[in-house]
Amino acid sequence: MATSAAQIREEVDTGESPTQRTPRRLVTHGKVTPWLFLAPYLTLFVVFVIAPIVYGAWISLHRYDYTLPGKPFVGLDNYLTLLTPGSITFDIFWDSMQATAIFTVTSVPLLLVIPLLVALVMNRSFPGRNVFRAVFFAPYVLGVAVVAVLWRYLLDRNIGLVNYYLEAVGLPGDIAWTTSVPAAWVALVGVTVWWTLGFNAVIYLAGLQDIPRELYESARVDGANGWQQFRHVTLPGLRPVLSFVTMVTIIASVNMFGQSYLMTEGGPGRATRTAIYQIAETGLRNYQMGSASAMSYVLTVFLMLLSLGVFWLFRERRG
Amino acid sequence: MSFTHSSRRAAPARRTTLTVCAAGFALVLAACGGGMSPEEAAQQGDEAPGDAAEFTGDYTGPAVELAYWNGFTGGDGPFMQDLVEQFMAEHENITVVSNTIQWADFYQRVPAAVNAGEGPDVGVMHLDQLATNAARSVIVPVDSIAEGLGLSADDFSEEVWDAGVYQDERYGIPLDVHSLAMYYNPEHFEEAGITEVPTDEESFMAALDALQEAGHEEPFWMPNQWPGHLMYLSLAWQNGAEVYAEDGSAASFASPEALEAAEWQRSIIEEGYSPSDVAIDSQYAAFKNGENSITWDGIWQINDLEESGVPYEIAPVPTIFDEEAIWANSHNFFITKQATADENKYQAAQVFIGWMSEQSAEWAGSGMIPARQSVRDSGVLDDTTQGVIAEQIDSMRFLPPVPGLGGVQAEALEPALSEAILGRSDPSTALERASEQATELMEQNLESFGG
Repeated sequence: MATSAAQIREEVDTGESPTQRTPRRLVTHGKVTPWLFLAPYLTLFVVFVIAPIVYGAWISLHRYDYTLPGKPFVGLDNYLTLLTPGSITFDIFWDSMQATAIFTVTSVPLLLVIPLLVALVMNRSFPGRNVFRAVFFAPYVLGVAVVAVLWRYLLDRNIGLVNYYLEAVGLPGDIAWTTSVPAAWVALVGVTVWWTLGFNAVIYLAGLQDIPRELYESARVDGANGWQQFRHVTLPGLRPVLSFVTMVTIIASVNMFGQSYLMTEGGPGRATRTAIYQIAETGLRNYQMGSASAMSYVLTVFLMLLSLGVFWLFRERRG
Repeated sequence: MSFTHSSRRAAPARRTTLTVCAAGFALVLAACGGGMSPEEAAQQGDEAPGDAAEFTGDYTGPAVELAYWNGFTGGDGPFMQDLVEQFMAEHENITVVSNTIQWADFYQRVPAAVNAGEGPDVGVMHLDQLATNAARSVIVPVDSIAEGLGLSADDFSEEVWDAGVYQDERYGIPLDVHSLAMYYNPEHFEEAGITEVPTDEESFMAALDALQEAGHEEPFWMPNQWPGHLMYLSLAWQNGAEVYAEDGSAASFASPEALEAAEWQRSIIEEGYSPSDVAIDSQYAAFKNGENSITWDGIWQINDLEESGVPYEIAPVPTIFDEEAIWANSHNFFITKQATADENKYQAAQVFIGWMSEQSAEWAGSGMIPARQSVRDSGVLDDTTQGVIAEQIDSMRFLPPVPGLGGVQAEALEPALSEAILGRSDPSTALERASEQATELMEQNLESFGG
């Protein structure tokens, strides 16, 4: 009788010789066991993720204000208002979605490319490397309030240091960084890149260090130059990291709130009010939680579509 | 105050019935400070049907702990903390646990916390938030305290007293009044040869011109955000505009009178008295640095300016248009529905408010104007910086007690005015649109709160 592969493996695993072998009984568990193992996580997941999602959807079907006894059911009204051109909510919401889009489209590419360049440099060995790594990562540990208030003063058109130095080197020194567009977007994106690039750079760096050195060696043996090594070794090696970083950065950018809340107060006018900003205003300041929930769901749908797009872009391609 | 930079926000709104308010408890809070005779105290009895404890001057029950929330994060904070400690020293069975939160967060947190039973028992909020929180039944009527203390309209300016009433019930006991004021740099004035503080448009513009001639090119910076909308409200009221309908049904930011106010603000920039694009707080920072000569800001900045060492003087905001009017607000004590769940806490809370109200003279040290006429007349303001502002208390204007107005201002008025002042859009276009939006929000509020 031939010994099956499974049996061999079992023997090796248990270290038993074939002669001592007793028929191995597969331990079967009740169907409940895996669920018991899952239970702690599942409980948390249901209570803190699933339930709020469902509850939020329920809220979005009401005219909901938790301080009032009456929370009338309005069906899809909250969504319809958001989709009816001409209503005030429509303008406000889609303006804020547009602001979110502007910020995302301008900040994500920078936050993907600049940290990668930084990581590539940091990955080489040179004296003082650790100091530079720390310097680039340092702003990330600051809270958004610190970052925003700091830059709000630095970027002030009339009393800020940035304009002062721009003028000192002969550039225009009267740019309204926080009170005019597109300067406000430049400021917000710039500050965000400065603030968060360290995080992405660290992830990239970890990814770079995971790429086997042999690949570079054989590439060099094959006569690949620097660019070719980057193109055919580094980038493919970074693919999983790249897709993670892209996803996380997009989500972070779409959720931008603190910077514009604190640096521009959504201004000039409401030009830099992002969707999250508007949702917070509507739900938390004006207590129109139904409407705010509806906005959140519309935003979520956009985010999900975007995620699908990113996954598709980074899918494993064969051949 | 409190109203410092990021805290500037007013907040949300709405709601109807009032559960609690077990009427009066014959609160003779008066013990600590007088104001109520035993007869008056006795009268309390008839408006407290079936009320339980009828205390006689003080809280005598078991030891209680009161959660006390306020937003005095600025130069006024230490004054409030001193008062709280003094109160505890005088009332051994009441422990007051203070929680100081920036006003901006305060108005979002209090309703949620009170609903969860984790909020304050007693606290301080702005006059223009009382109706909102009353409508949401976060806070309960305090008519009984007012009566217990013998407080009446006579002791307050009519405006501040009336603005604490929502649907025929009183929700706040005013502590102080604070308004916009004009700060100026006396050294600059001297250089420009200005001897008389400007009081109207003519003298104000003349002063600006003189300052420019003396080399202060941009003497009066016009902020596009806070406190730009407070200037706008003051100017609009000066021009006879009714910015919000008293019944809370409509806003009219773009009436000809109100529009003139915004246009005047814009003209300050266009005529070169102010740089353009004055961002948040920079007019004030510039004043502290001696870069501009005049700024309009709240009297709560007094202690901050005092500390900064910049030479400054304070005067009433000039009457640019016809009527004397100036935006003002007031800190009011409130009791939450949470406190009413516990009889002892409820009583202790009333004792606390009663006592605090008696101390408004001491509170003047924080830069505020005591709300009570009798306290102002007592001479506490004689040597204070804000004394000169207190004299115009009769021209101070408050937002009407309409629930949700804070949110309406932040959502509609402020962004539109910012666009107008920045010159991003024509004032009439921006304000008309904002007016529509505000009216829609106000109508929704009325509906939610059941009128």
